[in-house]
Amino acid sequence: MSDVLQVNALRTHFFTHAGVVKAVDGVDFTVRKGEVMGLVGESGSGKSITGFSILGLIDPPGRIVDGSIRFNGAEIANAPEPELQKLRGNRIAMIFQDPMMTLNPVLRIDTQMIEAILAHEDIPRQTAWERSRDALGLVGIPSPEERLRAYPHQLSGGMRQRVAIATAFLNRPDLIIADEPTTALDVTIQAQIIHEAQKLTRQTGTAMIWITHDLAVVAGLADHISVMYAGRIVEQGATDDVIDRPLHPYTVGLLGSVPSANKRGQRLYQIEGMTPNMLAMPTGCAFAPRCRAATPGCDTAPPITDIDGRHLRCHHPQTVGVAS
Amino acid sequence: MSDVIAPETAAPAAKVETPFRRFVSEFFESRIATVALCVLGLIILLAVLAPWITPQNPYDLAQVDVLDGRLPPGSEAFAGYTMWLGSDGSGRDLYSAILYGLRISLSVGVASGIIALAIGMAIGLLAAYAGGRTENIIMRVVDLQLSFPAALVALMLVAILGKGIDKIILALVVAQWAYYARTVRGTALVERNKEYVEAAQCLGLSRLRVVFRHILPNCLAPLIVVGTVQTAHAISLEATLSFLGVGLPQTEPSLGVLIANGFEYMLSGRYWISVFPGLALLFTVVSINLVGDQLRDVLNPRLKK
Repeated sequence: MSDVLQVNALRTHFFTHAGVVKAVDGVDFTVRKGEVMGLVGESGSGKSITGFSILGLIDPPGRIVDGSIRFNGAEIANAPEPELQKLRGNRIAMIFQDPMMTLNPVLRIDTQMIEAILAHEDIPRQTAWERSRDALGLVGIPSPEERLRAYPHQLSGGMRQRVAIATAFLNRPDLIIADEPTTALDVTIQAQIIHEAQKLTRQTGTAMIWITHDLAVVAGLADHISVMYAGRIVEQGATDDVIDRPLHPYTVGLLGSVPSANKRGQRLYQIEGMTPNMLAMPTGCAFAPRCRAATPGCDTAPPITDIDGRHLRCHHPQTVGVAS
Repeated sequence: MSDVIAPETAAPAAKVETPFRRFVSEFFESRIATVALCVLGLIILLAVLAPWITPQNPYDLAQVDVLDGRLPPGSEAFAGYTMWLGSDGSGRDLYSAILYGLRISLSVGVASGIIALAIGMAIGLLAAYAGGRTENIIMRVVDLQLSFPAALVALMLVAILGKGIDKIILALVVAQWAYYARTVRGTALVERNKEYVEAAQCLGLSRLRVVFRHILPNCLAPLIVVGTVQTAHAISLEATLSFLGVGLPQTEPSLGVLIANGFEYMLSGRYWISVFPGLALLFTVVSINLVGDQLRDVLNPRLKK
C-alpha cells in the first residue's frame, strides 16, 4: 500500500512570553492508504497540534520549526497558504471533537456542505446539493433532504457529528484527521459513529488519523497506534501488539488505568503525578519523573529503538506484562 | 439508531423553526415593544405618505401664505383647509411641516446609520481579523473618536462643511462609525476563536469567505441593536444641529428647525409651534429606543430565560 502521509521529525513550537512551548517535539509516523492510525495521549500531549500542523493551521505564536510532512509525496510543511487551502477540506479533511461547536449556528446544513464542495470544485449548485444529500445518506441520516434544510441547533449531537463526518468525506479526501470525534458523544452514539467512520474508510480507501485519549476507542478501530507523551511519540506499533504487549511504561500505565471486568474490586492503576510543565521539560526522558522503572540513566534522552517491529523511545522497555 | 430522531426534529416538518421565526415570536412577547413598534410603523407610514395626506407642501413657497402665520391649532387657513396643529411663524401648516420634517429626520437618521454601519463594520472586521499593528492603530483611532462627544464632532464638521442634507449625513457618519467599529470588533474577536471558524478553515474556504460568510452573520445580533440605538441617536443629533441653526436650511425644515422656529414664540403663549414637532421627535426617538431595547433583550443570549 502506498504512503499517504509521512511525518518526519516534526517540531511545532509556540513562542510565548513565558518561553518556548515545545508542543510537538520530533514526531515521526507514516499513514498508508486505507489505514487508520490511532494517535493516543493525554490532554496536552500534542496530539491535536500534530493534526493542525499537518493542515498548516498553526496560529502565531506557534509555528512548525523543523521536520517534514510529505502528503502523497509532496512536502507540505510550511507550504504557501494558497497551496494548503487547496488541500484543506479537499484532500485532507478534519473532524472535530465537539459537533455543537463546529457547525456554524446561523447557516443551514445545506449551505455549509455545498460551500465545502464549491470551494474546491467548479460544479453546478444542484450537483453539489445532490452530492451533499448522498453523503448524508451514506452516514446513516434518514430523510437527508429534510436534514439539509435544517439548522444545526435542530439536530442532536450524534446527528451533527454525522453531518461533520459526511462533510469531511464530501470531496473524497485521501486523509481524514479526526480529533477526538466521539469524546463529546454518549457511548451508544460513540459506537455508531466509529462504525460509520470505519465503514467509510473501507469503502473509499481514505486514510485516517484518529486522535483520542481513549485506548478502548482505537483498540477496535485503528490498524496502528502511536502513543504520544509530552510532544513525542513514545511507542508505535500495530494495534494488537501495543494493546496486548505494551513496552513503554507509559503505555503500560495507560492500559492499566482502563477499568475492566477482570480487575473488578481491585484498586485501579493510576499514573502518579501530572504531565510535565511544557515550559520546564525534564531533561532526557519526559516521562521519567512519573515512571516506576526510571533509573538515574533516564536523564539522557532515550534513543528510538526497534523491538518486534515496534518503535520505542525508552531506556527500560517493559517486557513483562501489564502493570496491574 | 436511537439518535436519528431527536426531540427537536420530531416536530412537524411543515413548520421549520428558523432562527428568524424564533426571534420574531420572542420579540412580540413584550407588550411595550409591540406598541413601540406599531407607533414607529405608524410614524414611518405617515412620513412616507406625507405628500398624499397633507393639505400643504411646506417646501413650496407658493403654497405657504405669511398671512396664515402663528395661527393656533384648529384654525382655518386662507386656502380653506383646517390647520389642526396650527401654523408656524411663516404660515406653514404644522401638521404638513411635521410630516415632511419627519421624512427628512428619518431619512437622515437611517441613511447615516446605514452608511456608518457599513463603514464601521468593515473597519471593525478588518481590525479583528488583521490583528497586530493594524488592529492597534484602528482601535486607537476609534478610542480617539469616541473620546469626543458625538454632538461636538458633528457640530465642528457641519460648521466646516456647511448646510445641506448630504453634509449632515456625512457629519453624522463621521460622528458615529466608531461605535459600530468597536461593537463589530468585539464580537468578531469572540467569534474568531470559536471552533466553527477553525472548521471552516479546515474546509479550505478562503479568508474573505470565512470572515464575511461565517464570522459576520454571527456578529449581526449586537450590530442590529447598536444600529437601532444609533439611528435614534442620529435623529436626535440631527435635530440638535438643526435647532442650533447649523443643520438643515429653513427652506427644508426638519423637526429640529421647526422646534427652533417656535422657540421664540414660546413665551408669548404660542406653544404649538415648538411642542408638536417636539412631540413628534420624542415619539420617534423613544419608539426606536424601545424597539432597540427589546431587540437587545431578545438577541442577547445571556438575557435569555
